[in-house]
Amino acid sequence: MPDVIPVDSVGIITPQIAQFETPLVLSCGQTLLSYQLVYETYGTLNTSASNAILICHALSGDHHAAGYHDMSDKKPGWWDSAIGPGKTIDTNKFFVIALNNLGGCCGSTGPSSINPDTGERWEATFPMVTVEDWVVSQARLADLLGIQTFAAIVGGSLGGMQALEWSIRYPDRLKSAVLVASAPKLSTQNIAFNEVARQSIRRDPEFFDGNYLNNETIPTNGLGLARMLGHITYLSDDALGAKFGRQMRHADYQYNYDIDFEVESYLRYQGEAFTKRFDANTYMLMTKALDYFDPAAKADNNLAKVLSQVTCEFLLVSFTTDWRFAPERSEEIVNALVKSGKPVSYAKIEASEGHDAFLFPIPRYMAVLNAFLTRIANNLTTESK
Amino acid sequence: MRADLEIIDEWIQPNSRVLDLACGPGELLHHLMVNKKVSGYGLEIRAKDLNTCIEKGIPVLEQNIDEGLQNFEDQSFDLVMMTHALQQFRRPDLLIDEMLRIGKECIITFPNFGHWRNRIHLAVKGRMPVSEFLPYNWYDTPNIHFFTFQDFERLCHEKNIKIVRWAAVDGQLKDHWWIRSMPNLFSETAIFHISR
Repeated sequence: MPDVIPVDSVGIITPQIAQFETPLVLSCGQTLLSYQLVYETYGTLNTSASNAILICHALSGDHHAAGYHDMSDKKPGWWDSAIGPGKTIDTNKFFVIALNNLGGCCGSTGPSSINPDTGERWEATFPMVTVEDWVVSQARLADLLGIQTFAAIVGGSLGGMQALEWSIRYPDRLKSAVLVASAPKLSTQNIAFNEVARQSIRRDPEFFDGNYLNNETIPTNGLGLARMLGHITYLSDDALGAKFGRQMRHADYQYNYDIDFEVESYLRYQGEAFTKRFDANTYMLMTKALDYFDPAAKADNNLAKVLSQVTCEFLLVSFTTDWRFAPERSEEIVNALVKSGKPVSYAKIEASEGHDAFLFPIPRYMAVLNAFLTRIANNLTTESK
Repeated sequence: MRADLEIIDEWIQPNSRVLDLACGPGELLHHLMVNKKVSGYGLEIRAKDLNTCIEKGIPVLEQNIDEGLQNFEDQSFDLVMMTHALQQFRRPDLLIDEMLRIGKECIITFPNFGHWRNRIHLAVKGRMPVSEFLPYNWYDTPNIHFFTFQDFERLCHEKNIKIVRWAAVDGQLKDHWWIRSMPNLFSETAIFHISR
């Protein structure tokens, strides 16, 4: 909680809500007749509306990317280290938009919202949404805000997949795409992890086939377990080892199933904390969106062919200890872009944090991003002259 | 611009698709992008150079060349270049094969260890030459292979690689008639344009 707002913070931010009444036909075949998206903006849109950056969030992210909602907030937005005046994503230069994706649980229409047709929460009846659906809904938000072309679309992990989909679906609507710790599709192992996470939720007796809120309960055990598993995959072996080693709670082994090792306590805490801020149906849905994403599938699994239509330039960043979306996964995208002759730069950052590294202000990572975005910002000034 | 780059520049066709291995801060690639409208990528592993390239808008990929170039397809570039770096890689011979697999043509520049000053240094002092041009000690040098103009020529013959043209320049990277007449003795930098 800040006593004073730091000078490089975007300050106190009030989320905004955009209501859409144009039906959205989803990949799954169902139609959302109306929906809302909650979003935040930082910085000022210039007169030519050319300085906008869209931030796409990852699995458990939301629209609150920077600043504070209230002076009593314990923490700023999830990417506050990178977004702000004079920071890597410089709000003195750029107009930054962050939204909560459709299906989310932080204010955008999702499983825990009320279905206007029934007057009850959607819960299990909320349609499956995909990365493609998100991108279409994000484009509608851009229309609403008067943005035809983004200077950059930036995303880490699942967010990077959205940036990639943007470049394919709306090639003339972005000048650049920044994909951090991302992948062109999930590996079998990734899908397997997601399935275990989903099963742990579904097998929680409090899940009620997804209709837990209408049954006035929450599948905290299942969701917590899913998060514990996910959390392990976001960290590197080294990072976990450095943090806890074999550190024990008591001097001796307890010979029972309470907490012996500190890492057990940490994971239990992480799991429990997550259940207080996240919805199980949203978690299920987001993991499915991850599983389904595969832009090359419609072109004989030829990613280069799909990317031959992109026109923006790319920056890809990966992290050495990330085993969830390992550097090789980013390199698949890089190689496909090279094959189709598209401008791309790629940095493989030495980092101990594993997949989570994309959320940390690692100096070299920030320097690479800054170098890329500074030139994008400079191009804006030369273009407007 | 560096004189050796000026020579190379003349050899490069406009609008070529170029891969620049160990591109450093992207000097040559930037020049070629602006003046010859080439497109392409640099490969580099030094963080500082990578950032310089990104700042300048030169597409650059972080890739360790010693770990292979298998990700690049056969004959997918008009030209693969490598300036002043071949001596730093584990197997220059295999690297040249790879370069000619990926590119239709290659341009390679390297320090000619056969330069008369190196010969005298070794002959008279009996120690490995340290010069302004090769300023490292034997133990800390990134240059792990020392070879001469003639060594390179011979390797090309053995591998049936065609030498399209060559140039030989001095420490100031200028070319003179006496260097051209005895490149193995007088050149400090050798420049080769090769193909299959």
